[in-house]
Amino acid sequence: MNEPPLRELVPAVIGVLVRRGADFAVAEDAVQDALVEAVRVWPDDPPRDPKGWLVTVAWRKFVDAARADSSRRRREELVDTEPEPGPAQAVDDTLRLYFLCAHPSLTPASAVALTLRAVGGLTTRQIAQAYLVPEVTMAQRISRAKRTVSGVRFNQPGDVATVLRVLYLVFNEGYSGDVDLAAEAIRLARQLAARTHHEEVAGLLALMLLHHARRPARTGSDGRLVPLAEQERGLWDTRLITEGVEVLQTALARDRLGEFQAQAAIAALHADARTAEETDWVQIVEWYDELVRLTDSPVARLNRAVAVGEADGPRPGLAALAELDPALPRHTAAAAYLHERDGDPVTAARLYAEAARSAPNLPERDHLTRQAARLNAHLRG
Amino acid sequence: MAKYLLLKHYRGAPAPVNDVPMERWTPEEITAHVQYMRDFAARLEGTGEFVDSQALSPEGAFVRYGGEGRPPVTDGPFAETKDLIAGWMVIDVETYERAIELAGELSAAPGAGGKPIHEWLEVRPFYGEPPTVTE
Repeated sequence: MNEPPLRELVPAVIGVLVRRGADFAVAEDAVQDALVEAVRVWPDDPPRDPKGWLVTVAWRKFVDAARADSSRRRREELVDTEPEPGPAQAVDDTLRLYFLCAHPSLTPASAVALTLRAVGGLTTRQIAQAYLVPEVTMAQRISRAKRTVSGVRFNQPGDVATVLRVLYLVFNEGYSGDVDLAAEAIRLARQLAARTHHEEVAGLLALMLLHHARRPARTGSDGRLVPLAEQERGLWDTRLITEGVEVLQTALARDRLGEFQAQAAIAALHADARTAEETDWVQIVEWYDELVRLTDSPVARLNRAVAVGEADGPRPGLAALAELDPALPRHTAAAAYLHERDGDPVTAARLYAEAARSAPNLPERDHLTRQAARLNAHLRG
Repeated sequence: MAKYLLLKHYRGAPAPVNDVPMERWTPEEITAHVQYMRDFAARLEGTGEFVDSQALSPEGAFVRYGGEGRPPVTDGPFAETKDLIAGWMVIDVETYERAIELAGELSAAPGAGGKPIHEWLEVRPFYGEPPTVTE
């Protein structure tokens, strides 16, 4: 139904309406209404110019809404002076819409919802299903977000970094429902990368492609989490890996490193290893050093400690871990892993069980419990 | 965003400050209490944080597998069961602090004398989805 290319036209059509003087919130509603009509009408009567059709119908919806709302004189006047369709400025409009929907005044969840609707062209119902909340709750979240940005000028330049954070959230923290949020995040990142030559946009796109490539190997047929070292690498999508590496190399060549490029470089090194044993952990540690320098993130430090454990041995890994706050998420799980590799299954089993109790999600809890059970069975036997 | 369960107990939670059983409230106090709960849910719908709200009857039974070819075994209700769930609200919020703030407000629902019940609500995080990027 609402599959591309129909959805891909949404940001450009919103842009045209806003350019003609419609305010963003009303324009966005009008385009959603036009989409619903397109889904109904197009199968029997496909238009020759889909975008032109959407603009015409959305503008009519906007005019209807403005007329119905007679207290808003400004819009009434606008309607009387309806402009001719101007030249398409789709590229700029779409980019501006990304900025508006990720405006810093929005909470992350609001920015995510608004981006998926206005830039992604998803319906409120689809977004609600994707985040497991009632449709009315999601509708409110979106309309509040629109009110929050109502004072922001559409042509105001925005910050790419906030857009990237929103797309990263969509990619990394989505549920696995009917809407494939990871694929949607990739689509939106591709569309963004086509409109801007920002190195970090390319870095994020590469990161997404390289991780998405592993998706078929990440979960077992019984739904269990398969850790990187145990993944069947033949299942990795080599086409996505090739594309991710190319996108990353082009970005790195511009010599303006950022956190997403560094993360993508780590993912690329994993992708490059035909077996887990062939992994170039020394280079991975170097990239983590870059990542720590760029972000000073405790999570990056934790991952670095695990990489040190692979590159230099479990003792140096544990030493690096000991410098970090034990309350960090996954700190105990990392300690359990390094203690096992250090030949201390008793401590490892205890820590795996402890890590399982504070796991942030069910697949991780089950995975950690299984690790503890495996070691305990071995210790008994 | 993260989802939290705000769990309300018939039994099992520490005693509330305003500890008068509902059947001894005035009808107006009951109406005010019900209205407070409704308004609270409606407000959370408005902020985009509401997921679900349900109430449970105190009547119930325990059920277990009875073995191959046998019907399930039922038992209870047990008067002595220490923990009895009365209902819940599920919220989807930006932070843990926000979940605590909302639970505090929900616990302020009026009871006897029109004063807040100060009842203890249990706040439990949902498991989320595993993240894609883990290294």
